[in-house]
Amino acid sequence: MFLSVSVQLLNGLLTTFKIFALTLVFALPLGLILAFGCMSKLKPLRYILQVFIWIVRGTPLMLQLIIIFYGPGLWLSHNIWSGNEAGRITATVVAFSINYACYFSVIFRGGIEGVPVGQKEAGEVLGMTKSQIFFKVTLLQMIKRVVPPMSNEIITLVKDTSLARIIAAYELTFAGYSFMKSDGITWPLFYTGVFYLLFVGILTLLFNYIEKKLSYFR
Amino acid sequence: MAILEVSNITKKFHNTSVLKDISFSLEKGNALAIIGSSGSGKTTLLRCLNFLETPNSGVIKVNDEVLFDSNNRKKYSDREIREKRLHFGMVFQNFNLFPQYTALENVMLAEELIAKESSDYKSNSKEIHEKIKEHAIELLTMMGLKDRVNHYPHQLSGGQQQRVAIARALALKPDILCFDEPTSALDPELTGEVLKVIRSLASQKTTMIIVTHEMAFARDVADSIIFMDDGVIVEQGNAHDVIENPKEERTKQFLSRYSEG
Repeated sequence: MFLSVSVQLLNGLLTTFKIFALTLVFALPLGLILAFGCMSKLKPLRYILQVFIWIVRGTPLMLQLIIIFYGPGLWLSHNIWSGNEAGRITATVVAFSINYACYFSVIFRGGIEGVPVGQKEAGEVLGMTKSQIFFKVTLLQMIKRVVPPMSNEIITLVKDTSLARIIAAYELTFAGYSFMKSDGITWPLFYTGVFYLLFVGILTLLFNYIEKKLSYFR
Repeated sequence: MAILEVSNITKKFHNTSVLKDISFSLEKGNALAIIGSSGSGKTTLLRCLNFLETPNSGVIKVNDEVLFDSNNRKKYSDREIREKRLHFGMVFQNFNLFPQYTALENVMLAEELIAKESSDYKSNSKEIHEKIKEHAIELLTMMGLKDRVNHYPHQLSGGQQQRVAIARALALKPDILCFDEPTSALDPELTGEVLKVIRSLASQKTTMIIVTHEMAFARDVADSIIFMDDGVIVEQGNAHDVIENPKEERTKQFLSRYSEG
C-alpha cells in the first residue's frame, strides 16, 4: 500500500512541480513588465494596470481558475483547452501566471523604487543609456531587495498549486485526497504534507543561498 | 577663450524660481567655486549643467558648441544627450558608487560600456579591456587607493568612497569636472583627504566647478568664485578677493556667519 501511495503522490508531485515551474517562468518576466507599466509616464496605462491588478489581487485565485478553465467553453462555441490532463495544466498555468505576475509586479516595483535615485543619476552622468542603467546598475540591487518578499510569494505558490484540484488536475493534494475517498485512509494526507514540506524546505535553502550570495554588497 | 559659457539660465520647480537669470563663464584649466547658503540654487545649477535637470530658459555652451538652448526645442536622441553629458563629470555629495561593483569596476564600467559600442571592439576586446583597466588603476593610484582597488564600496570609508567617485568621474576625461558639496556627507576627519585630492587636481589645471561650504578651501583652490543667494549670482570674481573683501552686503553677511562659526 505504502508503495502504491508513494507512486501516486510522486505522480501528483510531478504535476504540482510543472504548474509551479511554468508559473514562475511566465509570471516573473510578466511581473517585471507590469511593474514597468505601473511606473510608466503614460497615465492611462498606469490606471488600466492599477485596475487590472486590483481585480486580480482582489478576487480568489480559485475563482479566476474556474473562469479561465470553463469560461472559454461556455462563451465560445468550442473549448480552447483540451479536455485531457495537459489542457488542465495549461489552463492552471495561465491563471496562475496572470495572478502571480500581479503580486510579483508590486514587489518588483517596490524593489526598483527602493534603489536610491542617486544610482540612476550616477549612471546618467556617466553617459549610460536607460537600459544600461537598468541592467548594469539597478537590476542586481533590485534583486537583492526583492528576494525576501519573493520567497514568501514563491512558497505560497507551492501550496496554491493545490487549487488546481478544482478543475480536476491531478496534482499532489488531489492524489493524497483520492486515497481517502477510495480507501478511507487518512495517513496519505499527512504523507502528502511531507511532500510539501520537503518542497518548501528545498526552496528555503535555495533562497538562503541566494541571499548569502548577494550579501557581498550592501 | 572660455571653455564653458552659461547664459541667462532660469529654472522653476512648479512655481518657485530656483535659478533666476544665471550667467557666467569659465576658462579652461580654471577652478570655479560656487558658495552660498542651502537653497540658494547652487546644486540645481550644477544639475542643470549635467542634464539632470532641464533649465526653463538659457543657453549652455562648451567649447563654443551649444549643448542646451531653450529656444531650440529639438528633441535629442539618447545618444546625443549622452555625448553632451560627457563634456561634464559629476561627483555627488553622497558618492553614489555602485554597491555591487568593486572600486575598480566602478571606475571601469562606463568606459567599457562605451568601448563596447565601437566597431573595433569585437576584434580586440581583450586589449581594450586591459587598457581600460590600466587607466582605471592609474586613476585609483592617483587617488591614493592603489591597495583598495578590489574593495567594495561598503568596505571603504566615506573619504575613500568619494575618492573612488572622483576617479570614476575622471575616467571618461570630461572637459569640466563638477563637485556637488563633495565633503558634506563626510565625517570632519575625512574631509581632508578628499580636499587634498581636489587640490592636486587643481594644481594639474583640471577645469572644475566646485559647490562647497569649505570657505578656506574655496579661497585657496579656486581661481574664481560665485556667491549665490536666492537663485541669483550676488557676487562673482577672483576667489581670494571675494572671500577676503566681499563687496556686496549679502556676501559679507554670509561669510561672517562662517568666520564666526
